[in-house]
Formats: sequence, C-alpha cells, structure tokens
Amino acid sequence: MPPPLLEVEGLKIEFASPEGTVRAVEGISFHVEAGETLGLVGESGCGKSVTALSILRLISPPGRIAAGRIRYRGRDILSLSEPEIRKVRGKEIALIFQEPVAALNPVFTVGSQIAEAIRVHNRMTKKEAMAEAVRLLKLVQIPDAERRVREYPHQMSGGMCQRVMIAMALSCKPSLIIADEPTTALDVTIQAEILDLLRRLRSQFNLSVLLISHNLGVIAESAERVAVMYAGRIVEEAPVKAIFTSPKHPYTLGLLRSIPRLGERARSGRRRLQAIPGSVPDPARREPGCAFAPRCPDVMDVCRGVEPRLLPLDGGRKVSCFLHHAPAEGERKAALP
Amino acid sequence: MNASPNGNLLEVRGLQKHFPIRRGVFSRVSGWLRAVDGVDLAIREGETLGLVGETGSGKTTMGRCILRLIEPTAGSVRFQGVDLLSLSSSEMRKMRRELQVIFQDPYGSLNPRMRVGSIVGEPLAIHHIARGSEREDRVAELLRRVGLDPSMMRRYPHEFSGGQRQRIGIARALALKPKLIICDEPVSALDVSIQAQVVNLLMDLQEEFALTYLFIAHDLSIVEHISDRVAVMYLGKIVEMADAETLYREPKHPYTQALLSAIPVPDPEARARRILLKGDLPSPASPPPGCSFHTRCPVAIDVCSRVEPPLLAVGAGHLASCHLVPGGPSPPSQ
Repeated sequence: MPPPLLEVEGLKIEFASPEGTVRAVEGISFHVEAGETLGLVGESGCGKSVTALSILRLISPPGRIAAGRIRYRGRDILSLSEPEIRKVRGKEIALIFQEPVAALNPVFTVGSQIAEAIRVHNRMTKKEAMAEAVRLLKLVQIPDAERRVREYPHQMSGGMCQRVMIAMALSCKPSLIIADEPTTALDVTIQAEILDLLRRLRSQFNLSVLLISHNLGVIAESAERVAVMYAGRIVEEAPVKAIFTSPKHPYTLGLLRSIPRLGERARSGRRRLQAIPGSVPDPARREPGCAFAPRCPDVMDVCRGVEPRLLPLDGGRKVSCFLHHAPAEGERKAALP
Repeated sequence: MNASPNGNLLEVRGLQKHFPIRRGVFSRVSGWLRAVDGVDLAIREGETLGLVGETGSGKTTMGRCILRLIEPTAGSVRFQGVDLLSLSSSEMRKMRRELQVIFQDPYGSLNPRMRVGSIVGEPLAIHHIARGSEREDRVAELLRRVGLDPSMMRRYPHEFSGGQRQRIGIARALALKPKLIICDEPVSALDVSIQAQVVNLLMDLQEEFALTYLFIAHDLSIVEHISDRVAVMYLGKIVEMADAETLYREPKHPYTQALLSAIPVPDPEARARRILLKGDLPSPASPPPGCSFHTRCPVAIDVCSRVEPPLLAVGAGHLASCHLVPGGPSPPSQ
C-alpha cells in the first residue's frame, strides 16, 4: 500500500504567553489519502486552524511546533530547508482562507495576483501568466473572465473573491488543498455555489482536500472521512456516514444534537434544543483527564483522572473515550486518588 | 392602550430607509441606497417573528428603524397603537423601556471599561428605576436568570466567553422588563454548542416574561426553530411570509425555495438537490426593475423583468410576491 499523501503524527503546537504555555494542539495524528477529502471539524479554539497552518510551516512565534512529524509524499516537512518548504507551499499544497476579501491584496488587480502566484513556481512571461490567469478564472466559472481579470478585489463580491482564491490555489496544480472555513464568510446561496465548484474541481483534478469547518452540514456533504477536534485533540475519526449516523464520542453526539434540523419544526413542533452544558476549557488552565469530562453527560470517575487515547474501533473508526475502550490497568491505578 | 385593536403589538407599514450615496468633494448625493424599500409587517403579542435574508437584504436596517436607532425615510411604526415615528426624542426614550435589542457581536456591544454589574444595571439607572443596593439586587437576579453567577458582577467583559457575553447582553435587555426584544443575529457569532444554549435561554425567557421577539438572522434552521412566523427578505423587501412550518414545507417564492435548498444538511445520505442561483445579489443602490429577484431567478419569465409583483395572500396567513405562484399575482396580459 502506498503511503498516504499527507501524514501527521503526534503533532503538538504551543504558544508562549505571559500566563504560561498554551497548548493549542496536544498530540494529534491523522492522514489524508490521494484524492480524498478529510473534514476537520471543531469549534473555535479547538486547534483546527493552527493545525492547517502547521502543515505548511506557517506558525510564527510565539507559536511553535513542539513535537510531532508531518510527512507529505513521504518527505518530512518539518526538516525541510526554507527554500525547500517554499517550493511546497502553493506548488504542492495550496491554502484557501476564510476571508477571501482580506486574503487578496487590495492594490493589485486579481489577474496580476494570480499571475504572480504562477510566476513564483513556473518560468513564464507576464503575458503568458496573464493568459493563464484568464483560463483559471474561466475554470472557476467567473463570467466575463477577460474583463474581470483586470478588476480589483473591491470590485468583486465575497463569493467572486473566493473563486479568485480558488483559481490562485489551483494555479500551480497542487495535489493537496487545505481549505480553512472556505465558505464561512459567505451567504448560504453563495456557499452552495462554492462547495459545488470545489467538488467539481476535486474530481476533475483528483485533488486531495483537507476541509476545515465548524459547520457540520458543510462537512457532511463534502467530506469522505471526518476527524472531530475538541480542545486540541482529535476525539473521534470515522467515515462520514458513521460520524453522522452513529457517533461514538459524547462530544460528537452532543454537537449533532445541538443543531436545529431544517424541517424539524413541522415534524415535532417547537422544542428546546439539546445543548451541551458549560463551555470549552481554557487551554492555559488544563485539568488532568479527558478534556470533555466537565461537560460530558456520561462522565465516569476514570475520565477525570486519566486522559483517554484515540484507539481504533471496527469499521475504520477511532474514538478516544473510556465508554468504548476500558482503561488499561496502569491507567486505572493512576485514576485512583 | 395595551395593544392595538387587532391584537398586534407592533405594526410596520410601508417602511423605507434610503441612505444617500455621496460622491466628490462637495459630497453631493449621487444616488440612493434602498436598504429597506417598503416593508409591511405585524407582530402579535407573545409571538416570535423570524426575519431572514442574506447580507444586504436590509434585515438589520429594518430592526434599527423600528427602534429609531436610525430614522426611517418613510412609513409608520406603531407599537401598542402609538406611532413611534411621531414621538419626540424624550418620549421615544421613555418608550424604549418597552423595546429592547440584543446585538450580534457579543464582543463589540459591551463597553470593555465597564463592570458587568454596571452594564446590566445601566438601564435601571438611566430610567431611574432602582438605585444602590436595590439596583444591585435586581442585577444579581437578572444575572442569575440568564445563567450567570451573580458574583461575576465585578468582572469586566473580557473575562467572559462569547456565550457568557451574549447572556450579559440578554440580561441588559431584560432589565427594564420590556415587551418587545429585537434580536439581531443573537447567536450567529457563537459556537454550535453554545448557540443551542442561548436559543434555549431565549425561548425560556419568552415563556416566563411573555416576551415578543423579532428574531433577525441569516440561519434559516435556527429561525425556523425559534419562530412562530417567518418573513423572508430580499433586497429591502419581504418576498414571502408564513408560519414557520408552512414556510419550510411549502415555500412558494423561488428565492425561498433556493435559500432552503442551499442549506447544507448534516446528513451525508441526504445530499440535497440544489437550486443553484445565478450570480450575486444586485446592488441595493440600483435594484433591478420589475421583480428584484428576476436577475437570479431560475424560473423568471418575461413579465418579471417589467412588473413588480405585489405581496399577496397565497394561502392561510401565507404571503408571497411572485408572478408565478398559483393563487398569487397573475401575470398581467399585455
């Protein structure tokens, strides 16, 4: 079996702060296969965006990658020299951000920004690069591409800017696209168009996608596998159907129950939502044990003393919860007061 | 004068807000941005009316015009039978005891230099309702009611999470025992698990204090969940209005249908058939002639680009403005 396109192992990311070290990501492992879309889902502060940035080594001080390995096509990303990593960024792995309008430079035309991205990695004249930019704008279905290539970002809507970002991400024919909340800033009708576009491009170019989102609906319809993050850890990982039809971790279950479903009103009237009590723990003040224990409806004594590990179940799923894996003998002892 | 004769707490008629677009060194008015362009709606006492629409549809401007936080260009707003637009500013200030607002951004809407106790107690001070230890007791009770520990009264907003800050905003809105609360995207800045807590709190408070809500949001699933009736706005106008169940089950307007179909459903087996719209929302500075949705409408016919369809009844309590809706305005023959 060939190694996966992207492999992350035991990744830890820390931020130094006056109050002490904040552990944003606490040892996560996952992989993305060629042609696959992995959804990384979690609420704000769970560490999903810094994970995305770390894959391209874009974490800057006071943040740092404290431990772990990131392998892309078998190459160790963390040991590459600066010129080497620059060849990976954009050319092999491209990034799409949440705020398309903020991610574009306001003083250059969108065409010149796409052309610049192309010329960083390819030997091409400016004219050739501009022609390529027009082709890319057509690829992302921007109408009247010949004219719009000369427009500035402020002349375009948010949805159009996100199409430009996607065109730029595709410009160097990457194998992996990391999309960090690509539709969060957009209206639902525009979101539907962008998700549709991403799906089409993915199959057309056999792209792998790491899709980061807090929106379970977006994940459900775009991803093949899903990893659920909570407080800097992956608490559950499974094929998309399994996550949504039979979630194993109490946090995943709680998340799915807390969102109102469209049409539910007509089925069961006006009811209270099943909220998860409490709030996300402060990453600077971590208690021992499972990070979800203070909010968990099924919490047991062992959960407050020992941190569960992400271990496999059947059907290609993994879960880190003592409801599904009995603690090992050594762990049980450690839990005793 | 508790309610208008027909039982409506709030009645809005022909509300318009046109913002001037100024250009050049002399700031000459070169055009008008029609944020709200002729809206009629009524809210009955104790009910929740959901107002949905995308960015730029005018839903926030609508809420602010009702409170006279911005002055409408035309139209009337009657609250308990009183025309709010004819009130003097001191009369309006008194009236605001009955009309409160909860904002979207729990970070921007609380003064960072004030302690939580002063933020929640400020309306009581402004309206000379309670002072000293009495005010403190009232604030403690309000904080407890929204699920916060009263001992947090001495803390500053930055010490709270987004969800807790939104609870502070709710406590402040409740302080004067208002009748109507305008909730402007109250949960859209919050995380999924916290959204549900705040929605539940709003529903509980409504029951306990017999509150009436105008619930403004872009998230249709949350609006459907909390509202009794829902109005859909597009480019400054209401295009469809019905009770929440009917609107979801039988949306009549092509825009409502597209909006509902665009929502990603958290169920991988139900990858929905999408009605994809063409292009972007037109600018409210130059809305298209005829039906303002015709430029993106998948079923538009010739008449749609010429004649604006009126908002007419298409069923019991169900209004829609579309030439193609059966029972709606029929295409005028020419």
